[in-house]
Amino acid sequence: MYAQMVDTGVKRVQGLDEMSAEERAFQERIDAGIKIEAKDWMPEGYRRTLIRQISQHAHSEIVGQLPEGNWVTRAPSLKRKAILLAKIQDEAGHGLYLYSAAETLGVTRDQVYADLLSGKVKYSSIFNYPTTNWADIGTVGWLVDGAAIMNQIPLCRCSYGPYSRAMVRVCKEESFHQRQGYDLVMTMARGTPEQKQMAQDALNRWWWPALMMFGPPDSDSVHSAQSMQWKIKILSNDELRQKFVDQTVPQAEYLGLTVPDPELKWNEDTGHYDFGEIDWEEFRQVVAGNGPCNRDRLRTRVKAWDDGAWFRDALLAHAEKKSERQVAAAKAA
Amino acid sequence: MLLDDKSVYLMRLGDNALVLSQRLSEWCGKGPAFEEDMALTNIALDLIGQARMWLSYAGEVEGRGRDEDALAFRRDSHEFTNLLLVEQPNGDYAQTLVRQFFFDAWHQLVLEALRRSSDDRIADIAAKAIKEVAYHLRRSSDLVVRLGDGSAESRRRMQDAVDELWMFTGEMFNADETEELLGAQGLACDPSTLMDAWLAMVSEVFAEATLELPAGEWMQKGGKQGRHGEHLGLLLAEMQFLQRAYPGATW
Ligand SMILES: [Fe+2]
Ligand SMILES: [Fe+2]
Ligand SMILES: [Fe+2]
Repeated sequence: MYAQMVDTGVKRVQGLDEMSAEERAFQERIDAGIKIEAKDWMPEGYRRTLIRQISQHAHSEIVGQLPEGNWVTRAPSLKRKAILLAKIQDEAGHGLYLYSAAETLGVTRDQVYADLLSGKVKYSSIFNYPTTNWADIGTVGWLVDGAAIMNQIPLCRCSYGPYSRAMVRVCKEESFHQRQGYDLVMTMARGTPEQKQMAQDALNRWWWPALMMFGPPDSDSVHSAQSMQWKIKILSNDELRQKFVDQTVPQAEYLGLTVPDPELKWNEDTGHYDFGEIDWEEFRQVVAGNGPCNRDRLRTRVKAWDDGAWFRDALLAHAEKKSERQVAAAKAA
Repeated sequence: MLLDDKSVYLMRLGDNALVLSQRLSEWCGKGPAFEEDMALTNIALDLIGQARMWLSYAGEVEGRGRDEDALAFRRDSHEFTNLLLVEQPNGDYAQTLVRQFFFDAWHQLVLEALRRSSDDRIADIAAKAIKEVAYHLRRSSDLVVRLGDGSAESRRRMQDAVDELWMFTGEMFNADETEELLGAQGLACDPSTLMDAWLAMVSEVFAEATLELPAGEWMQKGGKQGRHGEHLGLLLAEMQFLQRAYPGATW
């Protein structure tokens, strides 16, 4: 979801009997629920898949600041402005925390970030949609952070220690964001007719992209089967999506807002909501770089990085000067 | 008269924090390093918290039923009383940092004095804010040193920023009647008394940063009295948009 369609590099999932002794011991630890730590032996595919997954997640947190930052200068009350600033600060913190988790796997933050800037590694498709009215800020907290939690709570139990611990910490803050987002939408849904219209408009635009966050149906995907065997993916995309719909529809009803899906209906037999077909072509296009904001988002981050080069270089230059001076002083003494 | 002076003074404190916070939040997600993004958001958040405390109190003292949001979102440019320094555009990161350093150094001195205010609530707010501002100043002075004494390019950018912003620093130390009056009563601080300490602090940091204090002596003034440059109107147009477009709504 924040990490969508993570490639595991395998063509077929191996059974225990096909594995080397090391691989088998590794898989047996995972099956026994023992966490893998950074210094432990791990298959190269596991390591590389985790780097992809964690860095996609980290990039999502970083890029996710942009659609919210779009409204921070226009927040309509000082209290809401403070809440939004605090949320954006949390998201940046999540990004840093996740980059650190990725670094335990033997990559550097700068390498991983360079792959985002070059467009090689993606971030969640959701952040390629625009925030066009103030209710979007609440709706993003409610739906996007809500979907993130849905995905990340199971990941607190994932097999890789540093990632699972990162998820525990991140989830606490995400659920705070979701409550605050819902509170914002509620205030608008119960406000003036214009505010209510903004809230409905925001739900209309964010509903389907939020469902797409969980990624395409993965029942037949070799990558998700492999990730599940490694316990770095716990529930399938469709299971998570269904849980999200079941949780969110009553919340929308409580607000007096209409979910933009004429086929949405409670199913007595299954005990779940049935919902309409997702436009997977739109999803593929957004992932491929053709969403409404892909180019803007990437351009903004690239520009920030390029404009900041002198700043980062200067800090290095200063550190070098300082250590040279220390060496010189030590010699003189 | 006294109440008016007091609310005017509180509004100035609130407006400084509010306008600078607004400027810093324009950087959101666009800083030169992840840590800088975090730090700027953090400082913007501290300042918005301080603005809320000052403006709420200003509204109560004024007694016309204006709360923090009425003061923040429904006053026009000529009613804003922030220093000209804080409304200056972000420019490059050097300009943002130098603006911050000049302000932080002053802010710390003001809050230090206000901690001893005869007004308990002012003293309380100042005591709370000064903990945050001590960090702001540590950070900005450290970065001024590192960038001033960094690369040739960073030194040039920092010196340009200093030269650009210098003429907006004088206003921080011009006491007007309001400040003289409240200062004499022990309620506020007379800013003219802070000049020497501020200059000493800035000179010390600049010496380490290999930056030069500008020779220019002509200083702009008027922000505290509501005479601003062109930039503030646009900042307010953006900040106040929703409150102006949908009057009477609750957010
Ligand atoms: Fe997050
Ligand atoms: Fe997340
Ligand atoms: Fe969040």
